[in-house]
Amino acid sequence: MVNDLVQFVIVVGMATVLVAVCGAWLARVLTSPGHVLPERMTYGLMGVDPGEAMSWKRYGMALLFSNGAMMLLGYGLLRIQGLLPFDSLERAAQTADLAFNTAASFITNTNWQSYSGESSLSNFSQMAVITFLMMVSAATGVAACAGFIRGLGRKSARDIGNYWVDFTRVTYRVLMPICLVVALIYVWQGMPQTLNAEAVADTLEGPAQHLLMGPVASLEAIKHVGTNGGGFFGMNAAHPYENPTPLTNTIHMLCMLLIPSALTYCFGTMLLRRRQGWAFFAAFLVMFLGFLAVVYSAEQQGNPLLAALGVDQQDSVLQSGGNMEGKETRFGIAQTSLFVTVTTAATTGSVDAMHDSLTPLGGLVPIAQMMLNDVFGGDGVGFINLITFAILTVFLVGMMIGRTPEFLGKKIEAREMKLVMLAVLAHPFSILGFTALAVLWPGSQDSLANVGPHGFSEILYAYTSGTANNGSAFAGLNANTPFFNTTIGLAMLIGRYFTLLPMLAVAGSLAAKKTVPEGPGTLPTATPMFTILLVFVVLVVGGLTFLPALALGPIVEHLLMLAGHLF
Amino acid sequence: MNDTNKGAVRDGVRTHGLTTGEGERNRSAQAGLTRPVLVSAVLFMLVTGLGYPLVTTGIAQVLFPAQAAGSLVLKDGKTVGSAVIGQNVTRPDLFHPRPSATTGTDPNDPSQSVDQPYNAASSGASNLGPTSRKLMDQVAARVSAYRSENGLAADVAVPVDAVTASASGLDPDISPANAMMPAGRGAGARGVPVETIVEVIRRQTTDRQFGALGEPRVNVLGLNLALESVPVRQSAAK
Repeated sequence: MVNDLVQFVIVVGMATVLVAVCGAWLARVLTSPGHVLPERMTYGLMGVDPGEAMSWKRYGMALLFSNGAMMLLGYGLLRIQGLLPFDSLERAAQTADLAFNTAASFITNTNWQSYSGESSLSNFSQMAVITFLMMVSAATGVAACAGFIRGLGRKSARDIGNYWVDFTRVTYRVLMPICLVVALIYVWQGMPQTLNAEAVADTLEGPAQHLLMGPVASLEAIKHVGTNGGGFFGMNAAHPYENPTPLTNTIHMLCMLLIPSALTYCFGTMLLRRRQGWAFFAAFLVMFLGFLAVVYSAEQQGNPLLAALGVDQQDSVLQSGGNMEGKETRFGIAQTSLFVTVTTAATTGSVDAMHDSLTPLGGLVPIAQMMLNDVFGGDGVGFINLITFAILTVFLVGMMIGRTPEFLGKKIEAREMKLVMLAVLAHPFSILGFTALAVLWPGSQDSLANVGPHGFSEILYAYTSGTANNGSAFAGLNANTPFFNTTIGLAMLIGRYFTLLPMLAVAGSLAAKKTVPEGPGTLPTATPMFTILLVFVVLVVGGLTFLPALALGPIVEHLLMLAGHLF
Repeated sequence: MNDTNKGAVRDGVRTHGLTTGEGERNRSAQAGLTRPVLVSAVLFMLVTGLGYPLVTTGIAQVLFPAQAAGSLVLKDGKTVGSAVIGQNVTRPDLFHPRPSATTGTDPNDPSQSVDQPYNAASSGASNLGPTSRKLMDQVAARVSAYRSENGLAADVAVPVDAVTASASGLDPDISPANAMMPAGRGAGARGVPVETIVEVIRRQTTDRQFGALGEPRVNVLGLNLALESVPVRQSAAK
């Protein structure tokens, strides 16, 4: 127990220190005037003028079209995988619906996987499709956030920056250097990094063991730094080659939190509103700690049905105890609970335990965090989502005190509120709409691994994860069917672009406005009071929207488990 | 401050995005989105999809060649496994890993898959939920098997990691609790005092990393290899 708390303090403490370090660096990258040589060469090849000031529409178009081209390239490579090199195991190309799902999944930073890495992807695809899309989708998210922050900070301006410059700089100056260093630490800890597809071992008892491997460490680094989440192997970061030690598990978590949390500081620096940045970080942190407490206590308590069978789930010096089905010994309950909370907060979707086998309340937390979608959130988009709710908060408070709402010195008017509501509503619309459709769709229930309320949770989890661009799963669900591949693919695209583009429009709209001086009726937004209001609005709006669905899944399952009911 | 106000005088009319007065530069650039879009896709695929992983591979193989190749464990010049991947062991004189839910193709019928514990070519978990009857049946069977193979009384509580399947199906470790309970079985099969086995377990126990991270654990392959070097008393030798 004490040791578990120590681990929580270490991770949260280090993450907080990194907020300032990485945040200051990000702010420099996004504002420095000069271009280094590789960047100038990149602009030259692309034929773009790095000095071009882009309106939000042009910025959004560059983002959308380049993402589209990258997705198509990834799709194409997956379809001709059999013709490409580096695969002694000769894995076949993906089918059309599966390749669409995979490409949509990785370009949107979701990394939902309807396939298992071992059997479906060659090492070439793991690099040239998966690692590539992981890198560029993260760079896209941060670039969008950069444009967004500029929009918030400018007055009477027509532009929000240059997409190509933001995208290229984030890739060259932030993601690639961090990933290279992190990947080497990972290899040191025991992660493979090789072009060989497998090694064969003669085990102690005789039968040969085929140890599949490949360029794992380089993929794992961007998978977490980029809040991506798709595993090299089917069992993701639970696989010992993806996560060999508690140190790699800890670095995974710090990497996931790195950019989403640093963007609060970057925002504070770019807008000369440091206090505001910390107020947002505090809002993230309060929700995060609350959710962590729920998972940890539920998982450490264990499963009462197992206790009745003579299983010792008590923690002691000799074992972590708790609900260990679908968990790894080296991580135990503390590192696993922390990972569950981090991966669904930062919408990474990497898993070091099987969420399907979590206790009902332990499993409720990842679903709930993805529904809220702004407890840290993914690279770039999490911060944008938080601002969405911050604007909603000043709007609601403005209504209550009868003043025109202002945010960061800009008047919030009907146009902004419409766009904000579009972003806020697209999320539950996709989650609940597709879940309802899937429950009714003939044959979809054949995909379930568990029945009863847990089966409903599997479907709810899938669309929540897809829409929130998380990518983790209640993995018992067999989602590799044309229906699930297509609908989850659509949910991912809706969840990504229907929140990103409206909010870029808000940024463009705010950038064009004049700043109004703060008056006595202005709601200060850099105070603990505002942080509380913000958390409250996030929880109330999210709660009102999603509680009925949660009641049908994990909540009723919890009550049935206590009553000893099996399915 | 990062404010490029450009000194544009606003006429009071709110405009969004491009306006007619934006200037020729943007309009000419507007036409040129095709090339950057196509070039960026291919260029970044080459840089981030091939350049970055290949450079990482090159450096890793110089700095950490053993780990980069999968932390393979050699015994008498032969690869017997990986230090970080579990393997299936059922012999009574050796320690057993956690239950594994991995499957493999049926050697008799390639269209079917069958249980194949510790199949490192296809990691897998049960994914059974906490109210699954199938899970309860599996655990109940494992509890009674664990008690009988280790000669435990019917009311001894069994360590949870010994009767639950890991997340990867390849968990290389067991908890110290789960290593200590079968110590007597190992001692009996080898004809050595139980203290000898307990001492080996102690030496093979990995503490929390840096004294803080993760859980104390015992690597089963390491433990079994250490055990095989324990001198076996003649009377018990096979």
